[in-house]
Amino acid sequence: MSVQIQSLTRRAPNASRKMLDGVSLTIEDGAFVALVGPSGAGKTTLLRTIAGLDGPYEGTVLVDGQVLAGRPMRERRIGFVFQNYALFRHMTVARNISFGLDVLPRGERPDRGAIAARVAELLELIQLPTLGGAYPDQLSGGQRQRVALARALATKPGLLLLDEPFGALDPIVRRQIRRWLRGLHDQLGLTTVLVTHDHDEALEVADRLVVMQNGRIVQEAAAETLDAAPATPFVMEFLGEALEFAGRVAHGRFLPDDPNVLSFAVSAGDGPATAYLRPHEARLVAAGGAARAIPLTGGQGGLRRLAVALGTREVEILVLPERLGQAGTEGLGLDIGRARLFRDGAPLAGAPPVASGQELPRVTVG
Amino acid sequence: MVFCLRRRDGLPGLSISIAFTLVWIGLIVALPLTALVLRPWQEGGGAMLRALHDARMYAALRVSFGCAALAAAIDVPLGLLLAWALVRARLPGRRAIDALIDLPFALPTAVTGITLATLYGPTGWVGALLARAGIRVAYTPAGIVAALMFVGLPFIVRAVEPVLRGLPPELEEAGLLLGASPLQNFRRVILPPLLPPLVAGFSLAFARCIGEYGSVIFIAGNQPFHSEIAPLLIVVRLQEYDYNGATAIALILLLSALVCMTGVAALRRRVSRGLVARGAA
Repeated sequence: MSVQIQSLTRRAPNASRKMLDGVSLTIEDGAFVALVGPSGAGKTTLLRTIAGLDGPYEGTVLVDGQVLAGRPMRERRIGFVFQNYALFRHMTVARNISFGLDVLPRGERPDRGAIAARVAELLELIQLPTLGGAYPDQLSGGQRQRVALARALATKPGLLLLDEPFGALDPIVRRQIRRWLRGLHDQLGLTTVLVTHDHDEALEVADRLVVMQNGRIVQEAAAETLDAAPATPFVMEFLGEALEFAGRVAHGRFLPDDPNVLSFAVSAGDGPATAYLRPHEARLVAAGGAARAIPLTGGQGGLRRLAVALGTREVEILVLPERLGQAGTEGLGLDIGRARLFRDGAPLAGAPPVASGQELPRVTVG
Repeated sequence: MVFCLRRRDGLPGLSISIAFTLVWIGLIVALPLTALVLRPWQEGGGAMLRALHDARMYAALRVSFGCAALAAAIDVPLGLLLAWALVRARLPGRRAIDALIDLPFALPTAVTGITLATLYGPTGWVGALLARAGIRVAYTPAGIVAALMFVGLPFIVRAVEPVLRGLPPELEEAGLLLGASPLQNFRRVILPPLLPPLVAGFSLAFARCIGEYGSVIFIAGNQPFHSEIAPLLIVVRLQEYDYNGATAIALILLLSALVCMTGVAALRRRVSRGLVARGAA
């Protein structure tokens, strides 16, 4: 099921603050989209609005080309998984899952055998075939999460909306469940919208990321392009640790304000600019300046953390362990040639985002 | 037992506290109850036999239990509505209503009784209106029920309110999103978690209503076999210096109440399935 949202605006009750401010978004049939952003960015509000849960709004929300408002919930074919799962504690897992079928009017309701078969099928799908008779309070967080998913899937929705579904799970279970969810999405041909504040999670599971800030969509792109060409410094910083270098562009080169940081070629007009890059994209160049490198404890993803004293300030970069001593520790220059350049909060045209690095594979998104 | 308590609990001096508590409970609760159980038999079983053959006592017990059950049962939906309004609706003067609900707890029961008797009496504000419709409340069992409803209501409200407050709003939304109609949502999603506190509130209100004396006697009319409650009959026996007779009725009242409360407790366990983590296991 596709979703079209046009200039959607929602105000907080009793306040003029806009929770959503002119949001337009198109989600194609079969897409897996993640809404990401910091708390209070409006992600959950947007998700709830798509589900038709919250009150009045301005703009249009179309699901499969139709306005949902006023149509009965059971015709909407939307499955929703809440952050706290919202399982019915007084019902067994099986009754929770069959709830959407149990409440159908008598004429449309499948008979008991069919409902039981559907529940068994879903229990199999969520890999909890023996837990139909248990109560939600007897389950672990990950199991509850999957039961909530099965409950949402019981009525065969076309659109699955998930609000921070992995928030309360430990990292290992989290990873398992999101892989499983992605598999489920592909297997059932769902259209899925996931809300998360964890960009890693979004990058791993979704085809397309929608970055939100202050009730607006800042950028909407495939996971791969987002990191390579962020639309604003905020997106750059939200997607991971970023180093910031103020400077200016003059005669086709970016000249950083910090000493001992190497300039690099850009094809942009002269003027002030700010360069952002990931700590692992910076390189140390021997005899390139007067910076000192100080190894730090810790690191991530097999990379070692290194503090670089530029003279004016220190920045922390990540390098491969085998390169740790290669350039020496004194008289270094910092190469930031892979930085993304911004001027007045917008990307500078002509700045080569991944020019000096390897080209990232592009994946077409449907 | 002591070992088990020590291992589980972080409260300092728990075993000493428990010992003190048990002694106090023994002195305050168990001792008088034991006396009550023993007293009717002190001069042989005669008093008890007489009490057991007293039709007036059976009538009084019937009035007491019947009116108490009816009042508590009527209070259940009223209390649920009131708690709902307090928790969900942003009513103006919500705090004032909140404070008012507890007032029947604080009011001397005799004051309640006189007030209600005046109100429902043939010339009272409500009584006069009802009299015009041909309904008599004061000095009938209906008056007893009215008085008991007043006394029992706060128990229901206070039992349901915290549970209702703790119900995540997502539960209702989940029900609606899964296609439940508002009625189905109420019956299948909202009501079941509220049943345990409703039954608990009912049992508290019911217990209080069985023992209620002051607020009832002014409005009941106290005609034997018609609107005389068991606690009043006990007082009547006491005034006749028939202490054995009084304690015999008291003991029968106590045992009947015990049976009723056990039944209610069983019901509460039934409706709590899945809602209490340990009970479900």
